Amino acid sequence: MLLKLLTRGAFFLSFPQAKLYNINKSIAFEAGGFMFEQITIEKVCILAGKIMLVSGAETYRVEDTMDRISTAFGVKNPQSYATPTGISFSLDIAGTSNFLRVTNRSTDLHKIAEVNNISRKITAGELDIKEAYEQLEKIDQAKLTFPAWAQILAAALVSGCFAIMFGGTWNDFIPSSIAGAFGFAGMLGFERVIEIRFLAEFFGAFLIGLSALLFLYCGFGNALDKTIIGAVMPLVPGLHITNAIRDLMAGHLVSGLSKGVEALLTAFAIGAGVALIIAFV
Amino acid sequence: MIIMQQLITSFIASAGFGILFNAPRNALVQCGLVGMFGWILYYVLVEAGMDAVPATTFAAMLVAVLSHTCAKIFKKPIIIFTVSGVIPLVPGGIAYNAMRNFVENDYYTGVQLSAQVMLLSGGIAIGLMFSGVINQLVNKSRMLFK
Repeated sequence: MLLKLLTRGAFFLSFPQAKLYNINKSIAFEAGGFMFEQITIEKVCILAGKIMLVSGAETYRVEDTMDRISTAFGVKNPQSYATPTGISFSLDIAGTSNFLRVTNRSTDLHKIAEVNNISRKITAGELDIKEAYEQLEKIDQAKLTFPAWAQILAAALVSGCFAIMFGGTWNDFIPSSIAGAFGFAGMLGFERVIEIRFLAEFFGAFLIGLSALLFLYCGFGNALDKTIIGAVMPLVPGLHITNAIRDLMAGHLVSGLSKGVEALLTAFAIGAGVALIIAFV
Repeated sequence: MIIMQQLITSFIASAGFGILFNAPRNALVQCGLVGMFGWILYYVLVEAGMDAVPATTFAAMLVAVLSHTCAKIFKKPIIIFTVSGVIPLVPGGIAYNAMRNFVENDYYTGVQLSAQVMLLSGGIAIGLMFSGVINQLVNKSRMLFK
């Protein structure tokens, strides 16, 4: 009898702890001698979500990834909510929710693919929580973007090719490439000085219009229209448009609409920049 | 000859967009190919006399299906391939013309062209949605036949 009570007591003592351990599996590890940092499932999920959101992933993919990661760590009912400007995540319904504000967004498909890889590995059970956090942190701090000169070169090629694709002649290829490179470089530079994206795009489009007009006056190229259309393409918000569509289709109405508005504002900025030049022709 | 020229330029343009969006380096060629096939389908359809809106929709469908296959094969998020693939179909030229007409006080033509831009964007949206629908159908039928 006594033995039975004891075992039952032991069972009761151990069971809640074991359950707690499963749900809120946290590991304390030593870093830098004295510092202790706690890694919880929430932290891993939110870090993964933050990297994806900052890199320009669709919000439904962000939520899906966070849910998958936490489910792989044994959480039964994770609740996640992401908008383009913030992430909210909790391990259970009516549990404590964790919030993260996202201010800067850029485009970095490589980071999205990397986080996707890690999430796959976690789901397959190849990574434990500490390794996952360390790898995510490494990705968060890595600079995976192509160097600026490569981007400007790519912008030049893209501009020239689009001028041909939209019905220009090969005479328009070089002026369009140079105008596109100018515009893109101008946008990159302006973005570093002033952190308002729309103004940077406006400025880039203005440069494109100006240089295209100058080329035409100097006798390069045949058609102003084709040159400008080609050169403007690197600034076009293609990612926002596709993201907005995919989010809307997935039922994320708030995110879809706000991304659509972002795309619209960008398009307006580009149009206004070019229009400023055309108005003087 | 013209088709060849369009193939090459659209491949370079889509792959170049992969660089601008910082796609993984080993996915750049696939991005270029997806964009190339989408644009060629659009180009051939328009040359054959089809209206631009249905042509864009069909091309976007092709892009969506190809992207989905690429995402499955190379185990990468689908967004990498759709974004670069859809770029050539974005009605940049018409949007520019609309803006130009607005600036030149020709609002009548401007509104007309803007409506066309909206229709073309809608076509892209429907085309992209198509791959999701196909995917769900395949998954559902797989579950049914199990």
